[in-house]
Amino acid sequence: MRPEQGTLISRAQAMAALLELLTDQPVIICNGFPSREAQKLVDRPTHFYMIGSMGSAPAIALGVALAKPHKQVITFDGDGNVLMGMGTLATVAALKPKNFIHVVFDNEVYGTTGNQPTISNVVPLEKVAKAAGYTNVERVLDLDDLVYEFKDMLKKDGPSMLLIKVNEFAEDAGRVVLDPPDITKRFMKAIE
Amino acid sequence: MIESDAFVQALQDMGVNFFTGVPDSMLGGIIAELMDRRLYTPAVREDEAVAMAAGAYMGGKVPAVLMQNSGLGTSLNTLISLNLIYHQPCILIVSWRGQGGKDAPEHLVMGEVMPQLLDTMKIPHRTLTEAGAIEDFKWIAETFMKQRIPVALFITKGVVKGLHP
Repeated sequence: MRPEQGTLISRAQAMAALLELLTDQPVIICNGFPSREAQKLVDRPTHFYMIGSMGSAPAIALGVALAKPHKQVITFDGDGNVLMGMGTLATVAALKPKNFIHVVFDNEVYGTTGNQPTISNVVPLEKVAKAAGYTNVERVLDLDDLVYEFKDMLKKDGPSMLLIKVNEFAEDAGRVVLDPPDITKRFMKAIE
Repeated sequence: MIESDAFVQALQDMGVNFFTGVPDSMLGGIIAELMDRRLYTPAVREDEAVAMAAGAYMGGKVPAVLMQNSGLGTSLNTLISLNLIYHQPCILIVSWRGQGGKDAPEHLVMGEVMPQLLDTMKIPHRTLTEAGAIEDFKWIAETFMKQRIPVALFITKGVVKGLHP
């Protein structure tokens, strides 16, 4: 069954709820629709929008988290992305950055390229993170739970993973408008 | 032969303060020295190391990534679609396996094409020599600051002291 039974929210609805709980934390957002949707929902200079290097969002976030240990660093990731850079779950778990929150929007498809299925319907990614050694791991299906768990994670020491099952709906969101070098400069200045 | 501690000290003197990577036997001495100094963050893949270095750079660090040249193959997309287009510099310290065709079979193709590969990607590179080391380091620092893209320093066999000299 796809999407998972009981999954009602879209990624954009989930993302909007998360962004409402964030202020000036660095957020590294994976390539494809997630970056486009975040840009459309709320554009903040603390957002690092990726347009390539699929699978690298948590590794970039880890670098930021290690360089800025007093800032809570968030990454918005997808199931296809996590599967591509799965080794990074191990790296994060081994280094145990307390200031690292990994949000995974799991729609079980490669949405940006036309909804081809991933394998996250049979491989529970949050269990992989838990087994690797993430400190807090939650899997949520609805908006109330996601707000409750994300608020909780913001108060706890990480590394944490919040896996949100979402449906396949993608917002009508245009490409990332900023030039990549400007994204880098703006982000660096915002998290200085 | 350059001692590993002198090599690491030279990088630190340049301001490099974030080191990650995946090991190679030829880089063993350098990595051991970095671990002694508690400066090394191990990665599980070279492209992950490159991405981690990019994050560290944006967080205010000056990063270096150590890898065997096979890892350059693994890192191509990250170097192209992250570092080059976003203007995120890092220092790639790459052991040149397969140089001159004398190495295990898996190293021979990359050993032959590596300089041209980086030329094609427009990533500046230099090969470290003992006599020219001070110049080489100066060149890296200048290129890093000016171009804001990755620069590569190739390490050939016997130039930096390894774990088993």
